[in-house]
Amino acid sequence: MSNIITAEDLCLWYGRTQALRQISIAIPENSITALIGPSGCGKSTFLKTLNRMNDLVPGVKISGSVRYEDTDIFAPSMDVNLLRREIGMVFQKPNPFPMSIYDNIAYGPRTHGIKNKAKLDDIVERSLRGAAIWDEVKDRLRKNALGLSGGQQQRLCIARALAVEPKVLLMDEPTSALDPISTSKIEELAAQLKESYTIVIVTHNMQQAVRISDYTAFFLLGELVEFGETEKLFSQPECQKTEDYITGRFG
Amino acid sequence: MGSDSISAKRKFHIGAMGLLIALSVALTCGLTLFLIGYILASGLPHVTWEFLTTSPSILFGRIGILPDIMNTIHIIMATLLVVLPLGVGAAVYLTEYASNQRLVAVIEYAAETLSGIPSIIYGLVGMLVFTGIFGTSLLAGALTLVIMNLPTIMRTTQESLKTVPQSYREGAFGLGAGKWRTIRTVVLPGCMDGILTGCILTVGRILGESAALLFTAGAAHKLFGLFDGLVNQGATLTVALYFYAKESGEFDVAFAIAAILMLLTVAINFTAALVGWWFKKRRSL
Amino acid sequence: METAVQGVFLILGLITVGCVLLITVYLILSGVPAIWQIGLFDFLLGSTWASTAAEPSYGILPFILTSVYGTAGAILFGVPVGFLTAVYLAKLAPPKIKVVVEAAVSLLAGIPSVVYGLVGMLVLVPGIRRLFRIPDGASLLAAIIVLAIMILPSIVKVSVTALEAVPKEYEDASLALGATPVETYFRVSVPAAKSGIAAAAVLGVGRAIGEAMAVMMVSGNVANMPSLFQSVRFLTTAVASEMSYSSPGSLQRQALFSIALVLYLFILLINAALNFFLKRNKEG
Repeated sequence: MSNIITAEDLCLWYGRTQALRQISIAIPENSITALIGPSGCGKSTFLKTLNRMNDLVPGVKISGSVRYEDTDIFAPSMDVNLLRREIGMVFQKPNPFPMSIYDNIAYGPRTHGIKNKAKLDDIVERSLRGAAIWDEVKDRLRKNALGLSGGQQQRLCIARALAVEPKVLLMDEPTSALDPISTSKIEELAAQLKESYTIVIVTHNMQQAVRISDYTAFFLLGELVEFGETEKLFSQPECQKTEDYITGRFG
Repeated sequence: MGSDSISAKRKFHIGAMGLLIALSVALTCGLTLFLIGYILASGLPHVTWEFLTTSPSILFGRIGILPDIMNTIHIIMATLLVVLPLGVGAAVYLTEYASNQRLVAVIEYAAETLSGIPSIIYGLVGMLVFTGIFGTSLLAGALTLVIMNLPTIMRTTQESLKTVPQSYREGAFGLGAGKWRTIRTVVLPGCMDGILTGCILTVGRILGESAALLFTAGAAHKLFGLFDGLVNQGATLTVALYFYAKESGEFDVAFAIAAILMLLTVAINFTAALVGWWFKKRRSL
Repeated sequence: METAVQGVFLILGLITVGCVLLITVYLILSGVPAIWQIGLFDFLLGSTWASTAAEPSYGILPFILTSVYGTAGAILFGVPVGFLTAVYLAKLAPPKIKVVVEAAVSLLAGIPSVVYGLVGMLVLVPGIRRLFRIPDGASLLAAIIVLAIMILPSIVKVSVTALEAVPKEYEDASLALGATPVETYFRVSVPAAKSGIAAAAVLGVGRAIGEAMAVMMVSGNVANMPSLFQSVRFLTTAVASEMSYSSPGSLQRQALFSIALVLYLFILLINAALNFFLKRNKEG
C-alpha cells in the first residue's frame, strides 16, 4: 500500500508559539488514520496544515515539508485551491451554507467550472448517495439545508466535500457536536468511504479511533509521539506516554 | 494532481471582481480625500480671527460669523437640555419598566419611523407646530431638533442599558433598594457611555442640519445672549453657509464656514471614537 | 412614589409614538385640503406645476418622477460602489487600512449636506456644463452624483455590519472546497448577508429621496419633467424652494404641504421595507 501524504520535519508556529514540532509521518492510501491526543496537542493544527487552511491564520510560519502524492504542497507553484479540491475537509461543527441542499452540494463543482445541469444533477445524487443521506433528502433537495438535523447536516457536509471528487477527506472531530445515533451513522459512513478515499480524522474519543481507524497517530505538546497500526498502538504501545494517555492517566 | 492551477476563466472572474473592488475603494477614499482637501484649501485661508469674532456689518463691508457660532451653540444646548431627559427616560422605560411586548414593539417602530423621516418634513411640521407657538425662533428650531434626535438618544442609551449586567440590578434589589433607586444609583451610571455617545451624535447632527431649521429658526445674523437668542430668529453655521452660498453668492464665506464645519466633524468623530474606546477599556478592566 | 415614577417613564416612552402621530396628523390636516381642491388625479398626475401663474396649475408628476429617477440613479451609482467597498472592508482589508478607511467613511457621513451642495455647485455643476457642453450644469445628473456620494457612507456601514455577521464557518467550508477567498466572499458571504445588504440599499433610497438642501443647490430647481441634463425639481426641493415666499393660507402653500404629505407616504413605505429586510436579516 502506498502513502498518499508524507510529512517530513514539519514545524509550525503561531506567532512565537510553536504548535508543531518536527512531525514526520506517512499516511497510507485508502485507509483511515486517526489523530488523537489531549486538546492543544497540535492534532487539529496538523490536520489543517494538510490542506493549507492554516494559511488563513495571521502570523503563521511553517518549515519542513509535506508532500501530497508527489507534489510539495508548500511549493510556490502549488495552487492552494486545487490542493483543497483534492483534499476535502469536514469541520467539527456542521456548517452547511444557508442555501438549498442541492446548491450546497453543487457549490464545489460549480466553483470549479461545471455548469451543465444534467451533470450537476448527477453529481448531487452521487455525492448524497455516497454520504448515505440521499434517501432522507431526495424529496426536498430545494429546501434550505439549515432545516436538517445536526447529524444530517454533517452528512450533507461530507456529501458536499465528496462532490468535488477529492482523494483525501480530512475530518476535524466530525462527531463531537452530534448525538450517539448520528455519530454511529457517520462512523459507518467513514468505514464505507475508505474504499475509495483516504480519511484522516481528528478525534478526542479513543473508542472512536479504535472502532474505525486502521492507523493511529498520538500527538502530545506539538510532537508526534507514536504512529502505527491502531490495533498495535492500543494493545502494545511503544512509548510510555502513549500508554499513559490511552489508559486514561491524563487527558 | 491534474492541472497546475485553476482555470483561466476562474482567474479572469476573480481578477475582474478584485479590480472592481479596488476601483470602488479607490473611489470612496479618493472622494473623501478630495472633499477634505478641497474644502480646507478653499476655506481655511478665509478663516481669520476677525471672521470668527465679529458680526456681519454692511457699514464696514465685513462678514463675521460670531452670531452664527453663538446661535449654533445656543441651539445645541437647548436641544440637548430637552432631548436628554426625554430620550433617556424613554430608553429606561423600554429596558427597565415595559412588560408589554406589544407596546415596546410599537414604541420602537415609532422611533425607527422618526429616524427615517427626512429633515425637510421635520422643518415643515416644526413650522406648523412650534413657530405657531413661539414664532420663528431658535427655540422653535431647537424643539424641532428634539423630535429629530429623540430616536438617536433613545437607541444609544437603550443599547448601553442592555449591557449593564443583570447582577448589578439584582445586587441593588437584594439590598432593599426600590426600582427607581436602583435605576438612579446603579443602572443609569452604568450607561453613561451610551448617553454620551448619543449626545455626541446629536451635536454632530445639529451641526449639519439645515433643512429642518430653515423654516423654524430663521436666518438672522444678529448677536444675542442665550435667553434673548432663543426667542429670536437666528441662523446656525450650516444655515448661514446655505444663505451665503445660494442667496448672496459669497462663496469665500461659505467655504470658510464649510472648512470650520469639516474640522468640527473630524473633532466629533474623533471624540465619539475616543469615548467608545475609553468606556470599552474601562469595562474590560 | 414608585408608581408615580413608573407613570412618568411610561409617558416618556410614549413620546415617540406621540411625535409620529403628531407629524402624521399635521401633515394630513394641512396636506389633504389642497389635494381635495385640486383633485387627486390632477395633483398626482398633472405634468405642469405653475403655482404663481395667472392661471395656476398644480401638477406634481414632474417632482415625483424626478425624485424617483434621482433616487434610482443615486442607487445605481452608490450601491455598487458602497457594496464593493464594504466587501473590501469586511473581508479583505488589513486591520490598519480598515481603521483608516472606516474613519474616512464616517467623516463622509458627517459632512453636512449643504457642504456637499456647496462643492457640487462650484465643482460638479461647472464640470458637467463643460463636459457635456450644455448651457447650465445644474441638472438631474448633478443631483444624482451628489446623492450617490451622500448615501455612500450609510450603504458601506450597513453592508459591512451585515457581512461581518456572516459566520466564519461558511467561509471556511467554501475555502476547503477549493474556492478562492474572492469567490468565497461573493458566492457564500454575500448571499448569506443579502437581507442586510438589501436593507442598506433601502436605507440609501430613504436618504436619497429625503435629501433637500444639497439637491436644491445643484439641481437648478425648475419644475421640468425629469431629463438627465435639464434643471429639475425634486419633491423635497419643491417644498423648500417655495415655502419661504408662499403666503400663509394660500392654495400654493397648502399644495406645498400636500407635496410633503406625498413625500411622507413614500418614506413610510420605505421604512416598512427597511424593517422587513432588517427583521429578515436578524432571523437569518
